[in-house]
Amino acid sequence: MTMLRESQIMKIHYITGIAALFVVAIHIMMRLIMPYNMSLEYENVIANYHNLPYVVLLESILVLIAIHGFNGLRVILLELRQSKAWEDGVTILTIAAMMAVVAYGTRTIIFANGLGFE
Amino acid sequence: MAKMDRNNREGIKGWLNPGRYGWERVSYWLQRLTGVGLLAYFVGHIYETSSLTQGPDAWAAMLELTQTSMGHLILLLVIGMSMYHSVNGIRLIFTHGGKGLGRPGRPDYPYDAVSLNYRQKSGIWIALILAAASMLYGASVLLGGE
Amino acid sequence: MNEQVIEKIEKMGKHKKKETIRSSIVLKVYRANRLAGESGHYDSIEVPVQRWTTVLDALLHAKSYKDPSIGIRFSCRMASCGSCGMKINGIPRLACYTKVSELEGSTVTVEPLANFPHIRDLVTDFAQFFSHHRDMQPYIKNDQADIEDKARLSEFLQSPEDLDKFLQFSYCIKCGLCYSACPTVATDIKFPGPQALSQAYRYFIDNRDMAEKERMNMVDDRHGIWRCHFAGSCSSVCPKGVDPALGIQLLRGHMLGFSKNEKKIADLQERLRKD
Repeated sequence: MTMLRESQIMKIHYITGIAALFVVAIHIMMRLIMPYNMSLEYENVIANYHNLPYVVLLESILVLIAIHGFNGLRVILLELRQSKAWEDGVTILTIAAMMAVVAYGTRTIIFANGLGFE
Repeated sequence: MAKMDRNNREGIKGWLNPGRYGWERVSYWLQRLTGVGLLAYFVGHIYETSSLTQGPDAWAAMLELTQTSMGHLILLLVIGMSMYHSVNGIRLIFTHGGKGLGRPGRPDYPYDAVSLNYRQKSGIWIALILAAASMLYGASVLLGGE
Repeated sequence: MNEQVIEKIEKMGKHKKKETIRSSIVLKVYRANRLAGESGHYDSIEVPVQRWTTVLDALLHAKSYKDPSIGIRFSCRMASCGSCGMKINGIPRLACYTKVSELEGSTVTVEPLANFPHIRDLVTDFAQFFSHHRDMQPYIKNDQADIEDKARLSEFLQSPEDLDKFLQFSYCIKCGLCYSACPTVATDIKFPGPQALSQAYRYFIDNRDMAEKERMNMVDDRHGIWRCHFAGSCSSVCPKGVDPALGIQLLRGHMLGFSKNEKKIADLQERLRKD
């Protein structure tokens, strides 16, 4: 059932981990460019979503963390039990969860953006 | 072979009590714990930020739920977990590639393992210290008052 | 019970070991006969000890004078055969290599090695462990060496530097302590374990072996080398300094491209002769 070798999957895991580090750090810093409580006001948050580089940043965090996180979960679950049904189930579920989270997050980004960039 | 207990595997219990074997085992356990914790936070965070799409009232209601003492404590934990997981993760990328572990040689009494050296072990301690420091800083921002 | 605590400073200067010299200890031995369907219980046996008494000595005293039915595997008594591996106070150790005076407390709990199917008392089944080792094809694969024609058999030329790359991994005595300590082995039946994976590296890096790609493919599996997370427990319990964790990470370094395998396959002595 594998399209990728385990070594390729793990290389992706390492690369997404390192890349996520940078983008998440920027995302956290954004909370510090103004007083914390102000940064959470509706208008300020929506304004972020109209900023193209920030939208790209958010989408990349979504994708990178979803891949890294759900692959990590896949690894933990694979180690817990070993049978064809379990392993296939874990693989399918984690890929599906990955896609579902990315889709749902992208939906938020698109709606919040309203297709209006500044 | 008849009636042998094939399940003398420690199972998940083998993952508990990580202190038996040294720092590397503790760091493995913490990396797993923080990873699962961060994944859970990530999914929750994607869900909570989706309230933006329902307008300012929904967003305010979500903030009321999360900008509480409990919410701040959880966020502090998340800050600590992400700092530990990242720094230890960088250490693991190096060690998984065989870097920082020393070279094979001719073992002699007391047969200490060269890979369990202080160079890579200190990465664990640095990760823990940075996690604590970032939690302190986070506490000053979240709980310190504006 | 008399106790005398001494601080013993090793000659090497690196280690300070605390030894507590007692006149007797209580051995808490796990007893169960799985083949007869018995569930486990612990028997407490008081055993006289001296300064140099090992856990194996104590167990054999208990077996000789108190309860001859204790099931125990042992052979060389000098940390060379790997037979007497067991959990001593919760940690996998060789009974012949663990002095009672090194252990905390006057009760020593001995249990069979975890992660091995249990047979009886302190005896476990090593079949799966050996099978994982065999799966690594632990022998030199070199199609240039003609082992059929015995008259022309000759040696490989290997320098001390070539030898040092794999020598420590060849010191493995297959005692199973690393397999017992590994957190992945605790839950993953298909994981080969630290012993097998370090032997994969031992042959991978040996410059008499020509099957690098094959060996990498062997361990590049969902339950292969990638399920090692460098918890380091294997290396911390290894009694021979094999450091299996090092071998595994070095092999992974080659698979990740951190290290390039620039080994030159060893020449056969025969090819250098002019006849």
